[in-house]
Amino acid sequence: MAATAVEEALLGHLQKLTISNSEEWASSAGFDHNLVKDVVKSLHGFGYVEAETVKKVRWVLTAEGKMYTMRGSPEVQVFEAVPAEGISAADLKGKLDALVYDVGFKTAMKNKWIQLAKPLIIKKVESVKDEVRNLLTAIQEGKEIPDASINDLKKRQLIERRNETWFSLSKGPNYAPKRVKPETDLTRDLLQSGEWLKRDFKPYNFNALGQPTEGGHLHPLLKVRTQFRNIFLEMGFEEMPTNNFVESSFWNFDALFQPQQHPARDSHDTFFLKAPARTIELPEDYLERVKKTHEEGGYGSIGYGYDWKRDEAEKNLLRTHTTAVSSRMLYKLAQDGFTPKRYFSIDRVFRNEAVDRTHLAEFHQVEGLVCDRGLSLGDLIGVLNDFFARLGVKKLRFKPAYNPYTEPSMEIFSYHEGLKKWVEVGNSGMFRPEMLQPMGLPEDVSVIAWGLSLERPTMIMYGIDNIRDLFGHKVDLRLIKSNPICRLGIK
Amino acid sequence: MPIVSVGRDRLFAALEQTYTDQEFDELCFEFGIELDDVTTEKEVMRKEKHMDEEASADEEIIYKIDVPANRYDLLCLEGLAKALRVFTGKDPIPSFRVSEVPASSIQKMVVKPETSLIRPHVVCAVLRGVTFDEARYSSFIDLQDKLHQNLCRRRTLVAIGTHDLDVLEGPFTYEALRPADIKFVPLKQTKEFNGAELIEFYKSDMKLKKFLHIIESSPVYPVIYDSKRRVLSLPPIINGAHSAISLKTKNVFIECTATDLTKAKIVLNTMVTMFSQYSSPQFEVEPVEVVSADGKSTRYPDLSLRTFEVDMAYVNRTIGTSLEAKEVSKLLNKMQLYTEVQPDSKLRVSAPPTRSDVLHACDIAEDVAIAYGYNNIIRTVPKSHTQGKQQPLNHFTDLIRAEVAMAGFTEVVTWILCSLEENFKMVNREDDGNTAVIIGNPRSADFEAVRSSLLPGILKTMGSNKDAPRPLKLFEVSDVVRLNSKEDVGAKNSRHLVAVYSNLNSGFEVIHGLVDRVFEVVGIRPAEFDKVSGTFSGDGYYITPSQEPEYFSGRQANIMCAGSCIGSFGIVNPEVMQRFDIIDPCSAVEMNIEPFLYL
Repeated sequence: MAATAVEEALLGHLQKLTISNSEEWASSAGFDHNLVKDVVKSLHGFGYVEAETVKKVRWVLTAEGKMYTMRGSPEVQVFEAVPAEGISAADLKGKLDALVYDVGFKTAMKNKWIQLAKPLIIKKVESVKDEVRNLLTAIQEGKEIPDASINDLKKRQLIERRNETWFSLSKGPNYAPKRVKPETDLTRDLLQSGEWLKRDFKPYNFNALGQPTEGGHLHPLLKVRTQFRNIFLEMGFEEMPTNNFVESSFWNFDALFQPQQHPARDSHDTFFLKAPARTIELPEDYLERVKKTHEEGGYGSIGYGYDWKRDEAEKNLLRTHTTAVSSRMLYKLAQDGFTPKRYFSIDRVFRNEAVDRTHLAEFHQVEGLVCDRGLSLGDLIGVLNDFFARLGVKKLRFKPAYNPYTEPSMEIFSYHEGLKKWVEVGNSGMFRPEMLQPMGLPEDVSVIAWGLSLERPTMIMYGIDNIRDLFGHKVDLRLIKSNPICRLGIK
Repeated sequence: MPIVSVGRDRLFAALEQTYTDQEFDELCFEFGIELDDVTTEKEVMRKEKHMDEEASADEEIIYKIDVPANRYDLLCLEGLAKALRVFTGKDPIPSFRVSEVPASSIQKMVVKPETSLIRPHVVCAVLRGVTFDEARYSSFIDLQDKLHQNLCRRRTLVAIGTHDLDVLEGPFTYEALRPADIKFVPLKQTKEFNGAELIEFYKSDMKLKKFLHIIESSPVYPVIYDSKRRVLSLPPIINGAHSAISLKTKNVFIECTATDLTKAKIVLNTMVTMFSQYSSPQFEVEPVEVVSADGKSTRYPDLSLRTFEVDMAYVNRTIGTSLEAKEVSKLLNKMQLYTEVQPDSKLRVSAPPTRSDVLHACDIAEDVAIAYGYNNIIRTVPKSHTQGKQQPLNHFTDLIRAEVAMAGFTEVVTWILCSLEENFKMVNREDDGNTAVIIGNPRSADFEAVRSSLLPGILKTMGSNKDAPRPLKLFEVSDVVRLNSKEDVGAKNSRHLVAVYSNLNSGFEVIHGLVDRVFEVVGIRPAEFDKVSGTFSGDGYYITPSQEPEYFSGRQANIMCAGSCIGSFGIVNPEVMQRFDIIDPCSAVEMNIEPFLYL
């Protein structure tokens, strides 16, 4: 409240006058100068007053100095204490304070005001002027005195130095006789009372960040998955049910015309299961056709010419690709009666491989396929160009490749503008007739298909170089909470 | 895909053309192989030993070339160079001949019936008048290594032995004997071993020890003798020292023993076709008569062509081209396939013994496409109209995920594979042997099981994020797998929601609130409690105190919906928190969301 009184008095004073020295004004008005200074700083911040800082060195009296302004300097006191007839040293000492005597006697002697006429001390001059006292009084009154005298008094520790700061004050650009405190926010009270019209609002710090939002966050990998799903849906693709991680070797490999001695079927690459170790049920007719195709061919194929074992086909595993689901879907399509289909899936697959910064034993496979009569490699190239263009990848080219269940097979390369080279972005091909025809699909039905991982484009998009920052328990939660939306598919 | 290392200068010499790395890379791309790396022997050594040493200019440049896994004819410099020469039109398709040998002087291999107990097949051939030099010799050895690694499935299916025929005398016998009865000096050794000793001896051999398991436990080991009872080899482990080949060897006897006859024939054909270019006469192979245990005689190698009738319409339809038969014929010649144009727009295409990968007309169509150039094919678009459609469960899952995120929880994606300890013991649960899918061949404890619950994964994530600002609110909607004998494979996925809250306080009521919110968004109201009967109405949900070991006693509940328990929630048991290294109190919920899909 005291500050409010100071503020009022000060603004009132400035209405007609200025203040050359805030300290003097404070003492005349009866305020503490420190409080006045605080008020000035605040008023100046809002432009109510113009304040100029004045810094000055001032000399003030020490306690001893102050005492001498009242009683006179010690040398004068000594002089006064010496009667005309003289006095013994002991008597003189007895009349005065010990300090006054010590200093005063020496100085009076030095000034040749008194002299020793043993055994007495007698005056040497009639009268003296108390210069020291006059100087001290002058300093007390704020008068200028010569530097030599200052040094003298300082040496005698009668005065000390003070750095003084005060303001000289006048009206500021926003001067008003009464301060209106600016509002920090438009509140309900201000709004409903209509006060908002009269109030000033504190300037906002536009350089600071806003308050963090509340609410949760979706995972960046799954945000990318959503965009991939949308692209497939826009292209007329139907999602396959991939919620079956456990698969038999039959659907994962044999149905895809992948021979039983194929390296991918090694325990080095595939997780085989102890429980459930074997699959319980397989479609018997179809299994016979698959066996025959592997062993001796058919449908125009010479087959692999080896002894196909049911035992191998029954071994359960964690699916190594979502193409295991594709084979189930295509078999079902053949049983239900063929109609043209476009299928897609994005889900987890498992590989018993060494893990490192970019590889895990499990990852998400993105797969698309088109099943129709008379599809060609040209159609595959066309679909891939469309699909990748929606991902923002414009420049594609294709390299012949090998895949046990597709023929022709193509690796998909895109031109990376940053790296200035072609990088592999996926794999594709047409499913082999040895895979499709035993399922019971018509002879002229072809399937074009392609696949890629979800993690690789996500890592590139979000600049993540260690897959464990994204996926698994050692995840970087800051990364999950602060990442941009995925713009894949937005044109 | 196998990677073949070849000396660049030798390769260019064989191609009679030099390329810049980029030009060669382009050629590889067109042909369907990949220039994987350009390096030098010394560079490879430096990398292996982590040495920082400047390369000197005179080091031989090595091309590492990635070849398709079914093209065994590209596994050595000879085959690569030949294929590229034919592809670029420098050479016609090579034709391989089996020489005419009178029955009286043909080499014979007699198979004893006991071999059927361990490794029943053997096929053989002879290369005459071979000229080796160091490069050719090492290529010959490398090809055997490559074949052993790939097609031969690390010697389990087929094992190759090559011998100096001039120090041997046929007829040869392929036998299976007790290990103790086989005695010989193996390759690179001077001492004689018997079969059992040999196995012991090679257990400390880095290269050979991985093949011992193929025969080790068998009562009989396969062995090949010449007529003087000299051991040629103890397949699939080691050859005898006596018949070892050297740079001076002129006449090479090749034997391939196998459990798979088809692959043995392919391996033998690959060996003889690749190296008959150094024999005299060139591309000619001398046959060997193999007399099987039942007395049947077969001459190997079989270098006959395999012929396919291919419809021009099929080729054009598969690729999406409208090529004439004559053009297709030219293109196929570039891929080493002989082609005769038939009158009714049909092609007779013959695959040489080098092209064992050709099984069907689709392989021929692919070769046409490669030779035509994949990138010259006109883009088209499949015509038929189809509708986009989501899987209902995935569609529903996305809606739930969004709701939980809107409720303030942050999504994580955790691993489906886990250790048994995490899946059970760490959450105070017993493994009843009837719940989780167990992996038979895990590389480490991290991959022992498939999770049967989402809770351990998210608790592990909490424990790994001790420094994250509190409160910590995480969730995941994903699949767990449990054994289920009603499914064809014996296991079934189900979609679960898990969420955890952690702060200075447990947040039990926060998790409870999330449970209520989930029911609110799926449109299920709290069940009415009937005070008279003391039961809840059947149409809503309610929670009831539970005794789940992963939660804290007295602060946990089962979630009941339509009469069955679909999950539970509670303050996580402090013992469990300690095991996951979680320092602040936390609460969790896990529930199956599949029952909500169709209401």
